Amino acid sequence: MHMADALISPAVGGTMWAVSAGLIAYCSKKVRNILDDRRVPLMGVLGAFIFAAQMINFSIPGTGSSGHLGGGMILAVLLGPHAALLVIASVLVVQALFFADGGLLALGCNIFNLGFFPCFVAYPLIFRNIAGNKPTPLRLWIGCTAASILGLQLGAFGVVLETVFSGISELPFRTFVLMMQPIHLAIGIVEGLITATVVAFVWKARPEVLESASQPATMHNYSFRKIIIGLIFAAVVTGGILSWFASTHPDGLEWAMSKTSGTEELELPEYRAHESLATIQENTSFLPDYGFASQKEEAKEEPETKWPAINAATTISGLVGGTLTLLITILIGYTLKRRRFST
Amino acid sequence: MPGIETHCMEIGLMDQLASQDTPVHRLDPRAKLLTTLMFVATVVSFDKYAISALLPFFAYPVMLMTVGRIPVPYLLRKILLVAPFAILIGIFNPLLDRETFITIGTLTITGGWVSFLSILIRFALTVEGALILLASSGIYGVCLALDKLGVPRVFTVQLLFLYRYLFVIADEGLRMVRAKTIRSFGTHDMGIKVYIHMLGYLLLRALDRAQRVHSAMISRGFDGHIQSMKPLKLRPGDIMFVCVWSLLFVLMRIHNISLLLGSFITEIFQ
Repeated sequence: MHMADALISPAVGGTMWAVSAGLIAYCSKKVRNILDDRRVPLMGVLGAFIFAAQMINFSIPGTGSSGHLGGGMILAVLLGPHAALLVIASVLVVQALFFADGGLLALGCNIFNLGFFPCFVAYPLIFRNIAGNKPTPLRLWIGCTAASILGLQLGAFGVVLETVFSGISELPFRTFVLMMQPIHLAIGIVEGLITATVVAFVWKARPEVLESASQPATMHNYSFRKIIIGLIFAAVVTGGILSWFASTHPDGLEWAMSKTSGTEELELPEYRAHESLATIQENTSFLPDYGFASQKEEAKEEPETKWPAINAATTISGLVGGTLTLLITILIGYTLKRRRFST
Repeated sequence: MPGIETHCMEIGLMDQLASQDTPVHRLDPRAKLLTTLMFVATVVSFDKYAISALLPFFAYPVMLMTVGRIPVPYLLRKILLVAPFAILIGIFNPLLDRETFITIGTLTITGGWVSFLSILIRFALTVEGALILLASSGIYGVCLALDKLGVPRVFTVQLLFLYRYLFVIADEGLRMVRAKTIRSFGTHDMGIKVYIHMLGYLLLRALDRAQRVHSAMISRGFDGHIQSMKPLKLRPGDIMFVCVWSLLFVLMRIHNISLLLGSFITEIFQ
């Protein structure tokens, strides 16, 4: 479920980049504070392990399809959430660069979907609470499975939200959710079982690995306060989503948009000198209504499904422009500084 | 998903490409990284029906591939390998968006097909951008660039580790799979029980290796920094590269395609 660059808008991609960059900075700081220098090679080698493990497939009985380990939860269990997020992020970087699996701009989305949810929601709230300090095999099993399922469900939901907000894909929110969540429920169950058995295996063969891996990073950090904050966060998110579902107001998303951006409909980019493609241009500027028109047809059958087709992605060129100016400014500053030092 | 051998070979080939010595390879990886990011961001910023406006952007990958001696068929094959995801999501556009976009004679093209094509073009462009970055800088260059651009060192160092040990661990996995295949008389399916045990042992081996790697590194004086034989140096050419391309991207973003295409061609041929 790696997001591709082709399906996201710069606004979504940029925001998620910023969020994930913050996450990486935060986790790096935490990992550095642990001051166990064995940790860095261990992280790298485990990342390589995840890669190797993903290349080995097993057959799912009765379906004819095959599956493999995703790896987010197992890393969180073995390394603790902070180090795990960094490893997941670098696995995603390597996947994006070498296999073009998930794009560069989409990296932020992918790190958030596949890293944040398992490491900072599912792991502390589900796994730690079920497995506890001295896990029994049964607790490990239940904890791993439940956490993997939750992590993947949230991740899949993240994919849906990011895609819908980007507005490049025409898929309506509800269809996409109904498509993604059940598939990832199945994947989550399989993933959870694999994670649980592998963790149980390691637990039996080398219990000290799990103990040493989980101790320094986790127990102190998961204070009561953090769990409460996490719960509030989860509550707000679910509350928001549920109220959104329950809302009979047809323009729920539009309303959300006007709240966040200050405008009812995100402005279309300005085009200049589009003489030769004037006809196409005319069509594109009517896009917002265009999106609604097709929605209205669907709405006849099911009035509640009147989700506005999201045209938010019709470019926030300001972001690009802003980034560019910023980069150019930095570059100019950099050269000036260098020149000053060299002369 | 292709087999484990293909994966390793693909990565190896990428490394080979990265070890070439061309003007593109000689550029500072930071310059290439920034330009690639800019390229991807600009491409993605077009509205969803953009097709013609996106086409000039192929100039960037094409130019770099030619100068950087990166084989086009190789990159195309890689793009095709990962295309299914974009197609899977994009194919809903023609089904859902049936509004007429343009009519050519008797042929009616709906908005959905236009945006689908746009997704495919975006996909090809962004994937090419990322692959070229790696094929011209190598993972080492990318890590060094990230490090110099202020990404936390813990992250870059372990990213490099991940890459270094990818082959080693994958090799162990490959040996295990091979051993299992040889002993299971032609059945390629792997049951979940065998799979779990293999995975568990692979993990234990990886953990042991991490331990040995660490001891070996400590004894050789590793202090948590990436050491480079040739330190990065930002030359005027690198800054030019970033500026010229960024400027081009901005121009391509703002300006009319036909106008731009014309001026672009004259620019090249002058």
